[in-house]
Amino acid sequence: MEEELKSLLQDVESLQRSQTKSPDSIDEMQQKVVRIMNLAKTGASRRSKVKDMSAEVVDSNPYSRLMALQRMGIVENYERIREFSVAIVGIGGVGSVAAEMLTRCGIGRLLLYDYDTVELANMNRLFFRPDQVGMTKTDAAVQTLSDINPDVVLESYSLNITTVKGFEIFTESLKFQGSQKSGRSTGVDLVLSCVDNYEARMVVNQACNELGQTWMESGVSEDAVSGHIQLLVPGETACFACAPPLVVASGVDERTLKREGVCAASLPTTMGVVAGLLVQNALKYLLKFGQVSPYLGYNSLKDYFPTMEMRPNPQCSNLACVERQNEYIQTKPARDAAAKVKVEAEASAATEGPLHLENDWNISVVDDTEMETSNASSASGALPEGLTHELPSADKYPESLVVGEASPVVDDLEDLQRQLDALNAL
Amino acid sequence: MEGWDRNTKSALTQIPLLSTRAGPRDGAAWTQRLKEEYRALIAYTSMNKAGDNDWFRIAAANPEGTRWEGTCWYVHNLRRYEFALQFDIPVTYPATAPEIELPQLDGKTHKMYRGGKICLTVHFKPLWAKNCPRFGIAHALCLGLAPWLAAEVPILVDSGMVKHKDDEASSTES
Ligand SMILES: [Zn+2]
Repeated sequence: MEEELKSLLQDVESLQRSQTKSPDSIDEMQQKVVRIMNLAKTGASRRSKVKDMSAEVVDSNPYSRLMALQRMGIVENYERIREFSVAIVGIGGVGSVAAEMLTRCGIGRLLLYDYDTVELANMNRLFFRPDQVGMTKTDAAVQTLSDINPDVVLESYSLNITTVKGFEIFTESLKFQGSQKSGRSTGVDLVLSCVDNYEARMVVNQACNELGQTWMESGVSEDAVSGHIQLLVPGETACFACAPPLVVASGVDERTLKREGVCAASLPTTMGVVAGLLVQNALKYLLKFGQVSPYLGYNSLKDYFPTMEMRPNPQCSNLACVERQNEYIQTKPARDAAAKVKVEAEASAATEGPLHLENDWNISVVDDTEMETSNASSASGALPEGLTHELPSADKYPESLVVGEASPVVDDLEDLQRQLDALNAL
Repeated sequence: MEGWDRNTKSALTQIPLLSTRAGPRDGAAWTQRLKEEYRALIAYTSMNKAGDNDWFRIAAANPEGTRWEGTCWYVHNLRRYEFALQFDIPVTYPATAPEIELPQLDGKTHKMYRGGKICLTVHFKPLWAKNCPRFGIAHALCLGLAPWLAAEVPILVDSGMVKHKDDEASSTES
């Protein structure tokens, strides 16, 4: 555009010169072109990177209102946000909004995963623009996010994490530490799962269990009127496979739900609320303020927010989960000792300083002690009101029975392949 | 088995069950699982042929057996409609079922997720979860794809979204 404007300006100027006394209209034209050129220039310009987060309250400081959290004593050290890396899996209605929130908060690095492209059918949701149709979601997100905040390091991974190859790249990218020094065992501080299906959630669960990576799950129901977020710490809390997945009951009778001709509905509001709940929990976890929710449901029809906590299932079918559980049990004495030291230090500090009454605000819709199920595999009767299991548990069946079924067996893979090929050729 | 028609039920009960809980990242155990998959597919295909109800072809598209490709067809008003069929075995298999794709129908029906993945009925995932790891590829085709084709192909044809290949050829010639 700039080139075209330049040549237009040259044309106008040569027209001006060719006239002994140029008419006013030509002068006006020249001024107009110059104005448009300036407008185009400011539109294309990005703000330069900021070296240090400043708390100075001036119009030009993008972080002043965030640093105010520190001044007000809500967050002890807001600037730490620049040291954190967060991976977001699924850049759809929830993930893209979560990415924008973290970008505006000044997160250090974001890794974005999705295999899909932007479509016009996505325009009922937030974030993506019609002019991005056809781009991969991760590239389109990087385009918008780097304009909003050039300080954030953005990585785009357009791949399907459920395939063997995609999973390899996914876990390698999570492990990659880069040059920066950190106390992390992986290259990221937190993984946010914003995918829209059970299969992909199970894959994120698999990767995080293997890596011992803390992550947060989010979801919006297929009828678009409820959602949830969940914190998963491998070995410490229930993993996604420890029990059948939970759903927030919308209160709508499943039998009256009309599914003919549709797969799933979506609302920008529900997705925006869930993205907000998810990133709020992520900020609390990373910057260590407030209480991090282990599970928070959202029923939009009744504006009901059930909470609960789930212990890991020692009989979990996911082997990596069981390994992390054993490690967690082994490190219990060290953890208890550290907790004791902390409690004692706090007690002595409390006798010195004034009491903060605000800390007694422990509002919760449901009593945590009541909700806490001793074992995630326990019957669904132990679930708080408004939550149900989305899927049943696997049936228990005697192994010997199955083994007995296979009697005269061909036990060569190639033979079996040939047999199927022969059938297929008929 | 609530919510399934009689034909699906009777077919399902005749497909051999699998027993090895192993996914594509599990080495030798996956090879064992693959053998069970083949046995179930051979039995199901033979059964369909014997019952004059042959409706798909499927074969592994890579040596590891993690990618499968083939075709499936459905007869509506005495005409056969055929579609390419493909899926990957997910890393979390068999805890999660393969997501069956019909790429030619991508964007032609609401009963599909992005990438041409068919939208399964509310009954599929619960039954799969309940029977893990005994259900395999053959069960997924029987419980997932067959009912989908039966429900969606007539609608796609009657609405004109899908044309028979003979009609398509004549319309491009003229
Ligand atoms: Zn588990």
